Amino acid sequence: MELVCPAGNLPSLKAAIDNGADAVYAGFRDDTNARHFAGLNFSDRSLEQAVRYAQERGRKLYIAINTYPQPSGFERWKNAVDNAAGLRVDALILADMGVLDYACERWPDLRLHLSVQASVTNAEGIRFYHENFGIRRVVLPRVLSIQQVAHVAQESPVPVEVFGFGSLCVMVEGRCLLSSYATGRSPNTYGACSPASHVRWEESKDGTDTRLNGVLIDHYGPGEKAGYPTLCKGRFRVGEHTFYALEEPTSLNTLAILPRLREIGVAAIKVEGRQRSPAYVAQVTRVMRAAIDHCLRDGDRYQPDGQWMRELDSVSEGSQTTLGAYHRPWQ
Amino acid sequence: MRLSLGPISYFWPREQVLDFYRQAAASAADIVYLGEIVCSKRRQLGPEDYLDVGEALRAAGKEVVLSSLTLLEAASELGALKRLCANERFTVEANDVSAIQLLSAAGQAFVSGPSVNIYNQRSLRLLAAKGLRRWVLPVELGLATLRDLQAERPEGVETEVFACGRLPLAWSARCYTARSFNLPKDNCQFKCIEFPDGRLLQTQEGEDFLVLNGIQTQSALTHEAIALLPEFQAMGVDVLRISPQSAHTFRIVELFDAARRGGDLAALRTELLTLLPLGACNGYLHGLPGMDHGAPQAA
Repeated sequence: MELVCPAGNLPSLKAAIDNGADAVYAGFRDDTNARHFAGLNFSDRSLEQAVRYAQERGRKLYIAINTYPQPSGFERWKNAVDNAAGLRVDALILADMGVLDYACERWPDLRLHLSVQASVTNAEGIRFYHENFGIRRVVLPRVLSIQQVAHVAQESPVPVEVFGFGSLCVMVEGRCLLSSYATGRSPNTYGACSPASHVRWEESKDGTDTRLNGVLIDHYGPGEKAGYPTLCKGRFRVGEHTFYALEEPTSLNTLAILPRLREIGVAAIKVEGRQRSPAYVAQVTRVMRAAIDHCLRDGDRYQPDGQWMRELDSVSEGSQTTLGAYHRPWQ
Repeated sequence: MRLSLGPISYFWPREQVLDFYRQAAASAADIVYLGEIVCSKRRQLGPEDYLDVGEALRAAGKEVVLSSLTLLEAASELGALKRLCANERFTVEANDVSAIQLLSAAGQAFVSGPSVNIYNQRSLRLLAAKGLRRWVLPVELGLATLRDLQAERPEGVETEVFACGRLPLAWSARCYTARSFNLPKDNCQFKCIEFPDGRLLQTQEGEDFLVLNGIQTQSALTHEAIALLPEFQAMGVDVLRISPQSAHTFRIVELFDAARRGGDLAALRTELLTLLPLGACNGYLHGLPGMDHGAPQAA
């Protein structure tokens, strides 16, 4: 079970590798990847250093080019594929059929992973990408129960990677347009959800309003800690009630089900958070490394350590975690 | 320019669905999409019922397409999809790549729905070679991209645009309608049937923002593009889609029918805006946030 960790810059990449990541994933500094945030990601030159740092230590580097180009931008995605391939990274993580088609034609030996942004939740969907583009791994969306993950893994023509920790998308990835509905920018088109450019914090004597392009996502009373206005994690009114109608601010945490994931035969556990700090990457990588090592060694006797859980809670959204869709009652 | 009725996205009682399609048979719609696209627990009509409805519509001169479930999770859902794709009577609208895989493997021509991500010419070309004969523009894409894609559209592929209806914005493992009653999905008590146009979600300031429709989230505002009809025609768009709502759908079809026959677009649009549950939007087509309403088109 490979541990795949996020890196938004070189210090994070080093933190991931120094703390036990088997592989690191990263992206270029533009809209070709789904963490297109100001000040984040890699230039061609910093990526060269990243490749060297990873390869000298026997670790892998994957490059995410996992947004959906429109005709006017397609050349930029091709260039991203070519640049990553030229640096001899270990794999590309792709979502768009057109980009996959280009990559497998131009770089037939390059290893391709299917991004979670491709939104594939079953074996027939995986087969499409396997037969047409020769993908060698699929990252599953965070919408399947653990039994469903097991079933897909068993039927899939390629190994599966699942999310193990980090911010939780509650909508199936790659088909969520909530962000562009409010701001014009979505993960698919722009590589960002609820982009900071459209966020406004308004303080008053009644507390704090958080807005996304003017839409009130949440209101916090005086003294209440205000969170980032991610669209699906605000408090809204439905019927008579005002509540977290879609999801609370919370992070996914799979420490409790690692033995089950191992038994299912998942190839890799992914940590979300390329937008987070090197300190976050270091801490989460260290905990996940320890947990996976224990799980592989102790088998059924494995129990998540209380200290690990506290550490992960402390860096989670809303300081709380969930098993998300893996756990049926969550749905 | 042909008009289509998209699949019913809500959970309506059986009689209401059957009545809707009796009206559809007599309407000006040229194409009718049938089937459950949101939730496999909704079984007021079964697969055989849809085939019967389809035959009746075909007899009334309609092109009939069976729409597939959008988000598949359970093995049973994949089984149902396999049976749908193996039907030999009607074309299937693939709303997930798994349906494309099954249909292309079986050598069946297919339509791709709005939640299949075709964002560029290379994807379109690739799917055309797999048997795509019509595609629906993903709803977050605008006129500029549509124009570029039309310019390179492969031979034999028709283009359809979502032209009126609440926008399908997101799909989840979680049922938000059930959640709004503090119920889990596995014991949802079929609450969706109480909301024939979905359940409204407002901001804390009372702004109508989204609509909860089971595991699907829609826009609260209705996307409308009637005044853009001449532009669609000029670009060679083949079909405009009207997404069913619980009231006025067939009046809306009449308005679009009048529009394609050269009616006064400004007047038709004025009436259309009075028929939408909570107001209109169409920002996506203008490269704006989807909830925006672009400047009224000169008509």
